[in-house]
Amino acid sequence: MKHLTGIGDLDRASAIELLDTSTRMVATQERQMRKLPTLVGTTVVNLFMEDSTRTRISFEAAAKRLSADVINFSAKGSSISKGESLKDTALTLRAMGADAVVVRAPASGAAHKLAHSGWIDVPIVNAGDGTHQHPTQALLDSFTLRRHLGGEQRDGERAGSVDGQGLDGLHVVIVGDIMHSRVARSNVQLMTLLGARVTLVAPPSLVPVGADVWPCDVLYDLDEAIALAPDAVMMLRVQRERMLGGGYFPSAAEYTRRLQLTQERADRLPAHAIVMHPGPMNRGFEIAGGVADGPRSVIVEQVAAGVSVRMAVLFHLLASNAREES
Amino acid sequence: MTPTTASTTASAADAAATGADRAAAPALLIRGGRPYGEDVADVLVEDGTISAVGPDLSAPEGAEIVDAEGCIVLPGLVDLHTHLREPGGEEAETVETGTRAAARGGFTAVHAMANTTPVADTAGVVEQVLQRGEDAAWCAVHPIGAVTVGLGGERLAELDAMAGSRARVRVFSDDGKCVSDPVLMRRALEYVKTFDGVIAQHAQDPRLTEGAQMHEGRVSAEIGLTGWPSVAEESIIARDVLLAEHVGSRLHVCHLSTAGSVEIVRWAKQRGVDVTAEVTPHHLLLTDEEARGYDAVYKVNPPLRTRADVEAVREGLADGTIDIVATDHAPHPADAKDREWDTAAFGMTGLETALGIVQQTMVDTGTLTWRDVARVLSETPARIARDLDQGRPLAAGEVAHVLVWDPRPAAEVDPEEHASRGRNSPVAGRTLPGRNRLTLLAGRPTVRDSRLAEH
Amino acid sequence: MTADRPGPAAPGGEKTVLSEDDISRSLTRIAHEIIETGHGADDLVLLGIPHRGVPLARRIAATIAEAEGAERDPDSLAGALDITLYRDDLRRSPARLPHPTHIPSGGIDGKVVVLVDDVLYSGRTVRAALDALSAIGRPAVVRLAVLVDRGHRELPIRADHVGKNLPTSRSERVGVLLTETDGEDAVRISRPDATEDEEARR
Repeated sequence: MKHLTGIGDLDRASAIELLDTSTRMVATQERQMRKLPTLVGTTVVNLFMEDSTRTRISFEAAAKRLSADVINFSAKGSSISKGESLKDTALTLRAMGADAVVVRAPASGAAHKLAHSGWIDVPIVNAGDGTHQHPTQALLDSFTLRRHLGGEQRDGERAGSVDGQGLDGLHVVIVGDIMHSRVARSNVQLMTLLGARVTLVAPPSLVPVGADVWPCDVLYDLDEAIALAPDAVMMLRVQRERMLGGGYFPSAAEYTRRLQLTQERADRLPAHAIVMHPGPMNRGFEIAGGVADGPRSVIVEQVAAGVSVRMAVLFHLLASNAREES
Repeated sequence: MTPTTASTTASAADAAATGADRAAAPALLIRGGRPYGEDVADVLVEDGTISAVGPDLSAPEGAEIVDAEGCIVLPGLVDLHTHLREPGGEEAETVETGTRAAARGGFTAVHAMANTTPVADTAGVVEQVLQRGEDAAWCAVHPIGAVTVGLGGERLAELDAMAGSRARVRVFSDDGKCVSDPVLMRRALEYVKTFDGVIAQHAQDPRLTEGAQMHEGRVSAEIGLTGWPSVAEESIIARDVLLAEHVGSRLHVCHLSTAGSVEIVRWAKQRGVDVTAEVTPHHLLLTDEEARGYDAVYKVNPPLRTRADVEAVREGLADGTIDIVATDHAPHPADAKDREWDTAAFGMTGLETALGIVQQTMVDTGTLTWRDVARVLSETPARIARDLDQGRPLAAGEVAHVLVWDPRPAAEVDPEEHASRGRNSPVAGRTLPGRNRLTLLAGRPTVRDSRLAEH
Repeated sequence: MTADRPGPAAPGGEKTVLSEDDISRSLTRIAHEIIETGHGADDLVLLGIPHRGVPLARRIAATIAEAEGAERDPDSLAGALDITLYRDDLRRSPARLPHPTHIPSGGIDGKVVVLVDDVLYSGRTVRAALDALSAIGRPAVVRLAVLVDRGHRELPIRADHVGKNLPTSRSERVGVLLTETDGEDAVRISRPDATEDEEARR
C-alpha cells in the first residue's frame, strides 16, 4: 500500500491488518507515556482545502502521537484561497520536504490526483474528497463495529481477541444522504469487503443513479430496515443546504418523520445493536438527541477510534515505505 | 456593419484562400491509389483542379508522381465542428496552428465555432476569422456564427449580416451552450431559412446539468462526480426536432452522444424532419470508464458515455441516422487539464486523430466502407454547411481537395508530435491505424507523409 | 556455560546447534539463575519480545512458578512487550505488524523486569524494548535473558542470562524454532551461499 486514496487501495487482508494495527495503537494510548517514537524525523502535511476541524485534529493527533512533525496547510487565508492550484500546492509541499500528505478537498478525485499525477511522490492519505471517498472514516467505523460486535460470545458478553477478524455475518444499515456522502461510499466498499451485509436507506432522490450495482440493498423506508434486525445503524448527516436549491426532499419535517432515528425506532432494534454517526450531527434532525446520547450510541468511541486508526494508517504508509537511504 | 455583397459566389471563400497558388502548383499524378477504396485509378491534378481520373493515366511532362499504391483516395475531409480558439484563446490554439492540425488530419475545410473572445456574433468577427484562415492557407476556414448575442441565449445575433458577409456564414451555433429557450430556438430555426442556413444545436438542458462533470451512471455514482444525465441531451433533441418540424426548418444536432439521442433522431427522420446529426470520434471510441483515473483529458462536453451508447452511435452512423463525424476539436493549454477534474476544462483535441479513429472503429470493423467515410467526413458535412467546392466527387473538373490515406501503417499517438497547440488528446498512447500520405488543398500539397508541406 | 564452538556451517548448508533437550536445559538454567539473583517471584515480571521471546518467557515463568511453589500463576509472571513502534529502522525495512503487548496485571512499576528474547545480535531490539518499557512504567531493575547470543553488538548492551553463546559470522543465519510458533524446538545455523549473502547485507 503506497497510498490510501480510497478503499479500492485495500484488499481484505490489508484492511484487517490496518484494523489489527489500530487495536495495537489503542493499547499504546492507554499507557503512561502515549507518545511513540515511530515516525520521529518525518513530516506529515495536513492539506485541508475544505473546513473540517474534527478530521484535521484527529490526523494531527495521530501524527503527533507517532512523533512526526505536523504542518497544517489550510485553505483559509492560504494561497489556495487566492486561487493557487492543487498542482502548485503539491509542488510547494514537495519542496518543503513533506514525507506524507493528508488531503481533504472539495473535489472528488483530488487525493487520487495528488497520488498519481507525478506532482509529488510521497504517500497520500485521503481525508475526504468531494463526494468520493473517506477511507479513514470507514476504517474507524469498521474498527468500532468489530470491537463491539466481533469476538466470541461469552456469557452474554463479547470477549476475546478480534485480531484477524472481518465483519462477517454482521448487517449494517446506513441511513441518509447517500448521494453526497463519501462516508457511505467508503463504508459500503469496506464493510462488504470485510464480509458484512449493508443496507442503505435514503429518499430515492438522494440515491445516486447507478448505485444499483453497489454490493448492497437500497431501501426507502427506515422502519422496513429496522424490521430486518440489523446489528448496527449508522445515521449520516443531512446537509440542510441540499433542501433549498436542490429540492432533494420537501421539508425537514417530512424528512425527520420518515428517516429520523427516533427513540421509538431505536427501541425496536435488537438488544445488541449499536448506533453510529460519523459526525457532525444534527441533533433532532437525522437523529434524536436521546438516541445519540443513549446506551446504544458509540458515537464518542468512533471519534476516539479515529486517532488510533489514523495512527495505524500513517504507520503503514510511512514505516513500510522502504526508501533508498544511504 | 461590414458591407456585404450578396452576390458573393459560394466558392469564393475557398478560391480566395487557395486561388493564388493554383496556377503555380505543378501538375501532380496520384498513381495506383484506390478512390473511395474501390477500383484502382490514377488521379491527375493540374492547375488546382482534378483533370482526369482513370486507370493508367500518363503523367504530363514535369508532373510530380505520387506513388499511392495501397492507399485510399478521398475527397479532402470537412470538419463541421472545430474550435480554433482565435480570437481570444490563442494560448490554446490559433487559426494558424488549428488549420495546420486540420491539414495533418486530412481536412481541407474546417468550420470554426463561434465561442471565441469576442464571440463570433457579428460580420466583423467572422470576416476576421475568415481572413486569418486565408492567410494561413492550410485549409478553408468557414466561420460559424453565434445564434445569440454573446452566446447569451437571450436575443438573436445578426444572423443575416453574418450570412451576407464575405464569410458567407450558413451554420449558426451557440456551441458550448445550448439554445435552451424554446421560443428563441424556434425563432432562430425560422430566421435562418432566409439564406438556407442551419442551426447547429448543442443539446444540453442547463438545469439538468448544473455542476455536471461526467455521464451520470454507475461510474459517476462510484467515483463521486456530479452526473450528466443522458436525458439532458435527449430532451433538448426531442424538443428541437419537433420545433424544426413545426416551422419547417433545418436542424443540425451537434455531437450526439447517447443511444436515446440516436433513437430520437431516427424517429424524427422517419417523420420527415429535416434534421442532421453528428458524432465525434471520441464518442465512437471511448466510454465513461476512462474517468476512473480522474485524468481530466477525458473531461468533455457532452461527456463520454457508456459502452451501450458507443455501440448505439456506431450503429446510428452505420445506418445513416447519424449523418456525419465531426471532431469537436477543443484544444486547451496544459494547465487547464493538469488539475482536479472539477476545475479542469471540458474538451479534447481531435483533428489529427479523427480519421484514424473512424478507420479503427468503423472501417476496420467492417461497419463502414471508404465510400461511406467520404460521405460522413467530407460530402455530407460540406452539404450541411453549403460549402459548394468541398466534399465534391473525385472527378474531372472538380477543385482538387484530395486526401491520399494509407490505411496500412499503425502508430502510437503522441500529442507532442501534433501541430495543434493542444496536447489534450484522449487517444494519447493508443495505437491508431492509417497515415496521411498526401493532402491537396486546391491542388497544392499541404501534407506529405503526415508532415506539413510548408508553403 | 557451554564453550564448545560449532564448526562453521557449509555454504548453503544448515547445522543444528541446540536440540530440543539443549533448549529445555538452557531455559531451566536461566530460570534458576533468575531465582538466584535474589529477588522473589513477587517482584518479578518476565516480558517476552515478540515473536519468539513470548513463548520463551512463558516457559521460563512456568519453571520459576513451579520452583517457587504452586501459588504463583505463570500468567501473572509473564507477558509480552512489542517493540515494533519503537524500532529505529522502520523506514529501512518493510513494516511488520505490531504484536499485542501484554503486561501482567501487577504492572511493572518497582518490579524486576526480565526481558526475554530468542537471539541477541546487534542490540537494537533491546534498545527499542527499553524505550517501550519506559512508556509503560518504571521498573526497579531491568535484566535481559536470551536463548542465543550470537555476537556482533552495535550498542553497549549485554545479556544477564544467556542460553548459549554462539560465535557466528555476519553472513550466517541463526534460526530459532519453537514448538509454539514453529512446531518443533531447535536452533539451527545456516550459511547462505555467496549471492544470497550479498543480498542479505544489502
